[in-house]
Amino acid sequence: MAALAWLEPLWAFSFMQRALLGCVLLSLSAAPVGVFLMLRRMSLTGDAMAHAILPGAAVGFLISGLSLGAMTLGGIVAGLVVAVASGLVARSTVLREDTSLAAFYLLSLALGVLIISTYGSQVDLLHVLFGTVLALDDAALALLLGIALITLLAMRLLYRALVLECLDPDFLRAHSPRWSALAHYGFLVLVVINLVAGFHALGTLMAVAIMVLPAAAARFWVRRIGSLLWLAPALALVCCVAGLLLSYHADWPTSPAIVIALGALWLLSMILGRFGVWRQRSVSAVHLKG
Amino acid sequence: MPIKSLLSWFQPLAASASAAAARLRVPEPAPPAAPPYAAGAGAGASASVAAPDSQPAAGLGLRLHNLTLGYERHPAVHHLSLFCPAGSKLAIVGPNGAGKSTLLRALAGQLRPLTGRIDGLAGQRVAYLPQTPQIDRSFPVTVLDMVQYGLWHQSGALGRWSAAQRQRCLEALASVGLQGFERRTIDTLSGGQFQRALFARLILQDADLLLLDEPFAAVDEGTTLDLLQLLERWSAAGKTVLVVLHDLSLVRRHFAHTLLLAREPIAFGATAAVLTPANLRRAMNMREAFDEGAPWCEAEAEPAVHGHHVHEHAHEHAHGDSHRHEEHGSGHSAQPSRSQVQAAPARAAGVL
Repeated sequence: MAALAWLEPLWAFSFMQRALLGCVLLSLSAAPVGVFLMLRRMSLTGDAMAHAILPGAAVGFLISGLSLGAMTLGGIVAGLVVAVASGLVARSTVLREDTSLAAFYLLSLALGVLIISTYGSQVDLLHVLFGTVLALDDAALALLLGIALITLLAMRLLYRALVLECLDPDFLRAHSPRWSALAHYGFLVLVVINLVAGFHALGTLMAVAIMVLPAAAARFWVRRIGSLLWLAPALALVCCVAGLLLSYHADWPTSPAIVIALGALWLLSMILGRFGVWRQRSVSAVHLKG
Repeated sequence: MPIKSLLSWFQPLAASASAAAARLRVPEPAPPAAPPYAAGAGAGASASVAAPDSQPAAGLGLRLHNLTLGYERHPAVHHLSLFCPAGSKLAIVGPNGAGKSTLLRALAGQLRPLTGRIDGLAGQRVAYLPQTPQIDRSFPVTVLDMVQYGLWHQSGALGRWSAAQRQRCLEALASVGLQGFERRTIDTLSGGQFQRALFARLILQDADLLLLDEPFAAVDEGTTLDLLQLLERWSAAGKTVLVVLHDLSLVRRHFAHTLLLAREPIAFGATAAVLTPANLRRAMNMREAFDEGAPWCEAEAEPAVHGHHVHEHAHEHAHGDSHRHEEHGSGHSAQPSRSQVQAAPARAAGVL
């Protein structure tokens, strides 16, 4: 009964209902993308791209204030330019993707800071940095819904090419350069739009958390990619709800509360998970016959 | 391994090899200038082993015309001309840095020739197994998943795997001795098992041209023999198989034809005639490092000239009966009178 009372704010207040809906949509779309991000060893790439989005969103904000459309558009454009440009450099020069991405996102970040400090004030940018999950309006929810639908559909279509692009990129390129490019760039687009979705809820600084942490936690429980793609969104959702409630009851800022919930789950999984530290250590000394 | 079992293993090989040879004779009328291997570098008489140009046609084989491959204009494979009819099984040997892998990469379309050209690839399905494939072996998919990608040419990125295709995958796994492994994730396989799984994928790819770079490096002896038999079946089925190998005794036992490469082509033809001590010595004398101050290659503009009129009488293997003595008086392109040019010894002397 007490537990139920603790959960009650979720449906008692309309802003919590909206936040919950936003979290569901975000978990469904960002967590599977995060699984591939992790498996492609691009977790830090995701972080870099989140930074690359910031100046674009800031420019949108400077042009038309705290408008959802302008900031979303700015973020997506900046993210895509950086992602595609670094992908092009990685594919056609001696530089690897991580280096070229770092170069481009630093450039983009510097450009953003330059614009902001020259033309604007930084007060409302706190919204961009830390998100507004408790103030999601209809337009923002519609945006999250659209991004979730696009992501799930694209993942369904790209799944096989994407797995092969991670597993054996040369093989895919030899068989179908078109699908190889589609998987590569399509995936980057998915990362960018999900980061933009994430920054409305969690802010640019922590948007990547809902991608990377659930995937990393799920890896400690299951082995196969199919299972990872189911478990990661489920874990993300549980943590989002926990974070929302934590933030409500303890009166903490919301996005750090959600990220802390995700982080706590990751730590727990690392220790207790089937492929975590403890269970792998305490494997029985008796070995099998064959 | 006991000699007897080795010999008994040879029987089917010889049988299928002569079957392949018989199949090669089928096209009528027999093209007069189409030796199964347009070869000729028996005793190191010539570095350029070329075929008459009269041969038609994609689908009938692989033809390299004065091919030079390299990196940053330094040649890694220098003026190579040869012809492999469809259904050839050719070993490529040579010292480190001889350009063997480079040649396969070019054939796989991953490297553009500096000069020369490759004919016979149009419309052909090519399967390439690199020496160190860039495969993420920690990626959490099952062996069956990975092998199924060999059917990409049928189902593409969107098609469903049918039950029949699944069955074919299981059969392919069984034929490389990996039955019971299909549900395991690929990170649980040993190096040799993984290589066998890649072979299962090759089986499913059903390619016309197979390019294998050191495919038996991590594979145990028994499996190697199984896989060699598989290569023989592919060759008998009309697929062209090019295999880079280092184990010369393996080449001598299982490959009728060999290309000895040391940046320059040293010799090409029947294995026994190619892998002679003299040829191998010449191959070992190749200088491995590029010469940074190398001048322009003088031979650049000229097509590889047919060397001496070398008729190979030495080989007496199963393919022998299908060798015809070529009439290559017409030579390569328009310069028949240059047939006495022997560039190779001069180059070799330069290297030393």
